[in-house]
Amino acid sequence: MIPSLPRPAWLRAATVLYVAAFLAFLFLPLVVVSVFAFNDAPYPAPPWHGFTLDWFFANDPVGRIGLFHDDELLGSIWTSCVVGLWVTVLSVLVGLANALVIERHDFRGKKLLSIMMLIPLVIPGVILGISILAFASQIAQFADDHFGLDLRFLRPGLALVVLGQFSYIATITTLTLRARLSRFDRTLEDAALNLGASRAATFRTILLPYLRPALIGSAAISFLMSFADFNTTLMLVGGDSPLTVLMYGRMHEGATPVLNAVSLFLMIASAVLALALMRGRGRRPA
Amino acid sequence: MVEATDAGRGGKLGRWLLLAPALAWLGLLILLPHVELAVLSFREQVGPRHYVPSLAQYKTFFEEPEYWHVFVRTAWMSAVATAATLCLAFPMAWVIAKIARGRSAAVLFMACMIPFWISETVRTLGWMILLRQSGVLPALLVKLGLTAAPVEMLYHDSTIMVGLVYTSMLFMIVPLVSSLESLDNSLIEAAYDLGAGGFTVLRKIVIPHAAPGITAGCIIVFMLTLGNYITPTLLGGKNSEWFTEQIYTQFITRFNWEQGAAFGFLLLGLSTAMVVAGLKLAGQRFGDVMERR
Repeated sequence: MIPSLPRPAWLRAATVLYVAAFLAFLFLPLVVVSVFAFNDAPYPAPPWHGFTLDWFFANDPVGRIGLFHDDELLGSIWTSCVVGLWVTVLSVLVGLANALVIERHDFRGKKLLSIMMLIPLVIPGVILGISILAFASQIAQFADDHFGLDLRFLRPGLALVVLGQFSYIATITTLTLRARLSRFDRTLEDAALNLGASRAATFRTILLPYLRPALIGSAAISFLMSFADFNTTLMLVGGDSPLTVLMYGRMHEGATPVLNAVSLFLMIASAVLALALMRGRGRRPA
Repeated sequence: MVEATDAGRGGKLGRWLLLAPALAWLGLLILLPHVELAVLSFREQVGPRHYVPSLAQYKTFFEEPEYWHVFVRTAWMSAVATAATLCLAFPMAWVIAKIARGRSAAVLFMACMIPFWISETVRTLGWMILLRQSGVLPALLVKLGLTAAPVEMLYHDSTIMVGLVYTSMLFMIVPLVSSLESLDNSLIEAAYDLGAGGFTVLRKIVIPHAAPGITAGCIIVFMLTLGNYITPTLLGGKNSEWFTEQIYTQFITRFNWEQGAAFGFLLLGLSTAMVVAGLKLAGQRFGDVMERR
């Protein structure tokens, strides 16, 4: 019940207990992952053998290889970053075009189009992956049979991973940008145009600054979602694995605490990103 | 005052230029790939590079008990996981929306979001370290004298369930909080003054008001659980028997794309049916539910 109504003592106590248990449930796995990144033992398991930074810095060709010397892991982080940047750029640009066309233009089929734009979010990621895989290799096959062209990028690999992730992340950027654009006061633009500003200048000096928080926010979300994506990526990946796919493979084999080290590294990176975003938002009242 | 017509704001060409990315995205990455998938699923290979239209792939699914067993199991476990997530998330959403105030509500809400900034792989790694036989919880149980030897807590259905509920939590809490926040406290006070008990208030006032949020949360959680791959395969090991795994096996391991495509369509069909049924049940429209997120 709500605070303005009498609540028996046991209910208050139960509420506090519930919240505590709930938060423990949420954070326990993350705490455990972080703690065992520093355990001086070959497996991320108890008992505690003492503190070490080996899983970050060790470089022993026959023994421990820490995160910062594990070329395969570092390579996969780089791969994830490259994929993430492409997905972010594509999703934000397409999201912006979508928001503009839906919020400011009228045409036949607009309702249908705006519903269609939501569909990718309700298709399971695995199916987005296999359908794009099948379609791309169909085109590649066609090009090969009829024109003798070898379209490498349509075979499983990073280009397809980018397209696969983009196919649903674009929905999220579209929603975010539409929400912001729908609250835009169009008289500001009319004023600029009346005062003789060109269309391009109006776009650059009025609309873009207004959309800035949503552009930055949707870019950050795109990058994080791309970095974390597994289902779609798994179906489209070729030789170079992004981090999630590589980690999955290693977890199957029974991994060393170097995976804990990567995980902790990721947590810190996303925390820094989140804090930077929040500070940015604090400075510019949205 | 400039007339704010379509033509005044960039004209036909501008509109087509803005429409092009959307059409390319939806056409080339969503629509046509699914048509291709449908074509694949309705054909059968009868010779090298020779195919005929057929229902053989779907027939195999229904004739092979293993396949539809896994399908039904995936659907059932997803439904249970959705219900469990709702039950666990609701009190927390209530605390955030109604009991905690100002800063503490914001902090609690933030605390619920943080784990989901981190990839599911990392969170699953945490559960594996906690639950495997050499892991933290079995060791703790031995230390407390509750079990004589460490027990294997991974690879059970209940383990998969814990992982699924965990990973879905955020997608339930966010829509629940937003629908509960809009509930006017005076309605609850009025009901209380008129003599209604806690359960009656919940049933007659809170649930009807929060129905859109509950629907949105359940649809998203069910869909994500159905399509999940990491959590069931890593926490369930060989016992996971998850349908997405079957799709992967057919498509990538066995290279039997026709069968994999049929499985994909069955999963898509179930997922879509659930979304539609959920919306019908709550009398909601698809666009409204999605934009509420």
